[in-house]
Amino acid sequence: MVPAVLLLAFELYARRAAALGSDALAPVSAAVKAFAGAAVDGSLWQATAFTLGTAALGLLVGGALALAGGIALGLSPRAARMGFMTTELLRTVPSVALIPLAMLMFGFGVRMELAIVAFATFWPLLLLVQAAVRQVEPRLLEVSHVLGLSVHERALKIVLPAIAARLFVALRLGVAVALVVAVTVEIAANPHGMGYAMMIAQQSFDPALMLAWLGWIGVVGYAVNAGMLRMQQRVARRMGAAA
Amino acid sequence: MKAPARGGWLGSALVLAALVALWWAASNGGWVSRVFLPTPQATWASLAEGFNFTGSGHGELAAWTRDTVARMLQGWLLASLLGVALGVLVGASAAARAWLQPMLEFIRPLPASAVLPLAISIFGLSPRMVLAVVAFGAMWPVLLATVHGLATVDARLAEAARCLQLSRAAFIFKIGLPHALPDILAGARLALTIALIVAVVGEMIASQGGLGQAILLAARAFRASDLFAGIVLLGLIGFASNALLALAEQRLLRWQRP
Repeated sequence: MVPAVLLLAFELYARRAAALGSDALAPVSAAVKAFAGAAVDGSLWQATAFTLGTAALGLLVGGALALAGGIALGLSPRAARMGFMTTELLRTVPSVALIPLAMLMFGFGVRMELAIVAFATFWPLLLLVQAAVRQVEPRLLEVSHVLGLSVHERALKIVLPAIAARLFVALRLGVAVALVVAVTVEIAANPHGMGYAMMIAQQSFDPALMLAWLGWIGVVGYAVNAGMLRMQQRVARRMGAAA
Repeated sequence: MKAPARGGWLGSALVLAALVALWWAASNGGWVSRVFLPTPQATWASLAEGFNFTGSGHGELAAWTRDTVARMLQGWLLASLLGVALGVLVGASAAARAWLQPMLEFIRPLPASAVLPLAISIFGLSPRMVLAVVAFGAMWPVLLATVHGLATVDARLAEAARCLQLSRAAFIFKIGLPHALPDILAGARLALTIALIVAVVGEMIASQGGLGQAILLAARAFRASDLFAGIVLLGLIGFASNALLALAEQRLLRWQRP
């Protein structure tokens, strides 16, 4: 209800601004038209697929590394103590500070964005996985000792199933971070994807298309986050029912 | 994450030193091209020159660092004030919450930097524009935390306030905000991280003087040591601001612990 009223107010205001020759604003109706145009000529789907695909790949890389590292640090308090200062220092490096470095190393394209998304998702996931492993029932680990399981087996057969539910919570956070970082990289440097499309629309003084992209980025982000939440709830329910 | 006990500091410092040594060996030994990975000495030299330690440089890095930190702090302060104020407005009444919450939930996942193009076309490439986007982007965690904190006030406390005939303002200041304080502080910490990120992105795009612009230009000119000096500085800024806020959080919430 409120968004509808706001949109209507914006429509009227922007129509007047556009009538006065504004390069900054466009009414909602024009943005919807621009959106339809982008959907028809396919640029919308291409850019969306690039951003989502790169974010997913980066999350996969960062998440896999974080899972391995988090289990190692969680199982061995000594390793966690030793790595404390390093992780604390590295995880506070803002991910965007690495954009120029990634540009230098990989040039523009998928690899550069992937590397930054992986870096940005690695640290929060590392901490979450580590915390999850710490909360594994100690008796389970004692049992694995008694059974003489190797470290490898212990990680796969005891720890992973025990932290699965918490992993989904971490995954949801990782998805949100990955999407935000991917769009940010595209806006700042990488000439692909949704962020770049929006930047180009602004630079070519096409406010309708720019607003269309802004709205679409919002919708995609909302849909992805809502989907993750549903999935997490479903997984939690199923695991709760199984236990 | 909890800080390790006394003995742990030595070990973790050693690991960090070992990593720097590895960096030294990798760059000096030529395992990795120096175009990407400058030596630690070169990075240190860039830092020393930029901060004019030896009297040979101009001290640009110091000025850029000041600019970026100032932008981050101003944006963060604005965001915190606005976030708490708007959060109180939304959170104080159940009706406002019901009306506005869906819209807030929609804007929340929107990347702050996605607002940059819009802000550029409205405000132009100005320092005020970057500040506005920093404040806007960093506001959401504080706003949502305030709303959440006010919404979860114990019903019995609200009843007690009604019995005491507290006015709405008194209820908010005496019960609501203290109850929301842990949430707000956690939100403010996240907001500071976002403020730094958006400030850097804003400097990159809008070419405002600062570390963001400095590292982008350094990368374009293949000055890897200057680039690394900038990254090191940004990392230190992030680390210091995070640590300071964690300390402030501990102090401000001391009354909560028995």
